[in-house]
Amino acid sequence: MAETIQSTTNSKTSGAAGQAEGNIVARFFRATEIDTRMLGMIGALLIIWVGFHILTGGLFLTPRNLWNLSVQTASVAVMATGMVLVIVTRNIDLSVGSILGFTGMIMGVLQARLLPELFGFNHPAIWIIALAGGLIVGALIGTLHGVIIAFLGVPSFIVTLGGLLIWRGATWFVTSGQTVAPMDVNFRLMGGGTEGSIGATWSWIVGIIACLAIIAAIINARHQRKRFSFPRRPVWAEYVLVALGCIVVLGAVWIANQYYWPIAIARRYAEANNIAWPEGGLLISQGIAIPVLMAIAVGIVMTFIATRLRFGRYVFAIGGNPEAAELAGIKTRWVTVKIFALMGMLCAIAAAISTARLNAATNAQGELDELYTIAAAVIGGTSLAGGMGSIAGAMLGALVMQSLQSGMVLLGIDSPFQRIVVGMVLVTAVWLDTVYRARAK
Amino acid sequence: MTEQNTPLVEMKNISISFGGIHAVENASVDLFPGEVVALLGHNGAGKSTLIKVLSGAYKRDNGDIMINGEAADIRNPRDAKKYGIETIYQTLAVADNVDAAANLYLGRELQTKWGTLDDVAMEASTREVMGRLNPNFKRFKEPVKALSGGQRQSVAIARAILFDARILIMDEPTAALGPQETAQVGDLIKQLKREGIGIFLISHDIHDVFDLADRVFVMKNGKVVGHARTEDVTKDEVLGMIILGKVPPGATPGPGAMKVA
Repeated sequence: MAETIQSTTNSKTSGAAGQAEGNIVARFFRATEIDTRMLGMIGALLIIWVGFHILTGGLFLTPRNLWNLSVQTASVAVMATGMVLVIVTRNIDLSVGSILGFTGMIMGVLQARLLPELFGFNHPAIWIIALAGGLIVGALIGTLHGVIIAFLGVPSFIVTLGGLLIWRGATWFVTSGQTVAPMDVNFRLMGGGTEGSIGATWSWIVGIIACLAIIAAIINARHQRKRFSFPRRPVWAEYVLVALGCIVVLGAVWIANQYYWPIAIARRYAEANNIAWPEGGLLISQGIAIPVLMAIAVGIVMTFIATRLRFGRYVFAIGGNPEAAELAGIKTRWVTVKIFALMGMLCAIAAAISTARLNAATNAQGELDELYTIAAAVIGGTSLAGGMGSIAGAMLGALVMQSLQSGMVLLGIDSPFQRIVVGMVLVTAVWLDTVYRARAK
Repeated sequence: MTEQNTPLVEMKNISISFGGIHAVENASVDLFPGEVVALLGHNGAGKSTLIKVLSGAYKRDNGDIMINGEAADIRNPRDAKKYGIETIYQTLAVADNVDAAANLYLGRELQTKWGTLDDVAMEASTREVMGRLNPNFKRFKEPVKALSGGQRQSVAIARAILFDARILIMDEPTAALGPQETAQVGDLIKQLKREGIGIFLISHDIHDVFDLADRVFVMKNGKVVGHARTEDVTKDEVLGMIILGKVPPGATPGPGAMKVA
């Protein structure tokens, strides 16, 4: 990756014979510009998956488990995307779990107690207002944290440690500790489940749109490089990238569609719609879950913000050299405030997913999530020294963490021991990363 | 160098103190178009502090800054850039983790019509500017961290000249460089000078800058000892100003000049 790829307008290089074996692999990665670090993470994830699959006697790599895994990952993955920006600027946010709890409780009270009095239960406006309310509260909390950090100069560790306690306490005060349930019918769709999934047809449509987007992105990038006659990837490398991307997307859709409605629900559905119950059972695909789509959408938006907008550029510049960023005329304090406000909003989205999934808002919602979120970002390659990190890496990190947990649950490992394992994995992952980076230099 | 012209920059009676310590006291310097002025003095003499007032990094307590004869209101680095003042800091002040193009345009990114970063256009003009400055520079895609001292320096200089600077401040521009790279920077300074840019060179080492400079200002203990045209004084005399605060006959004494007993 280290070298700029020389312009090759045709696939000459791929046919160049007489190269050593290692060269072909190295050249493949150079030509496709695939991040080897990311590849290492995907490799680790596959090892974890296959390992658990063998240990559990074939329970792990089933459509059902993978589907559940995707839904369970969504909430932390959403927050991890924001945590990347926070950590990149050499800050930390320990309060995300508590903000999740607080905004979740606000949204719960809005939709289960306050709004039904105005509109009646399950009115279609309720979920929108509840979600908007949560987002606003999350953004306000984040802004408050950001202002204290940036303008009053209190270290983010302390501000958010205070936030961890304060917002958890505030969560209790909203309902004096009572759990709020059930959630609004429409709101609940954000939690996944049979209702909160989009079914086979729509899943394929989403998959195909994603593939088209991949193709369009690659063509556009190539076109742009051509316009300014920059070095381009060899054509075969572009095809490989398109093929890989589409295989992953369509494979994921296929797996999600292989997970069918539970028999009881399918039977009820059949009865309600006068469908005769077939011999082998009624197979209705779940398709992709809505929370997973939300997480992916958040990931795309956050990646766009981080890589395509000035704001994202500033975030990384501040992380790399705060003084240089300031001297370059960047309003570093406002950038910090915006990062924390964004983090607060992402907490609210995560809260929507997790309260909808649980069908309740509780006091303990999101406890320890701050640590899983930080762990996901760090495992995903975000450097605590600042300046380095990627959104996709953090989401993958969240998937790694959730895979470990889910696998251990399937193995029947006690939860205290699960924590020990997760803790050790975190330390090991960061150590490996340190080794990798020392080598890369 | 006709003295009748209005100076490009005139800093008059600048004072700034930190916690009761006068870092700069009643200092005045000026700079004309196409002129190279060296600001000399020991470490801690106040030259970097004085110049940071001009570049907007510090706020002055007292004094005036005139740009082209008009009072300039410089409160932060953004204000300074508006007046065409670009600074290359001793620490280089580049963001290590992003590439050359991102550094060149840091704080002034080109955007597409949709408000997104126009990376391709930025890289294109980066390639053009760098090609002019340092034709050997090829590593456009790498974080600046991976570059050598000279390459980083050329990135910092490219950033300053990319935006049509009229006033260039270089703080110890060759401190981190080898002999060949130092010579390169010297050539570059001569080239910029021909384009009519006024340049402040700040150094604690007279040998770095004496041959490049048209005039020298010497500072000691936060005060200006005096200034002189380089053709009117010798290196030894300037050294005397730096070390003792002794003003030679060819120089104009300032507030910090050694009192002659």
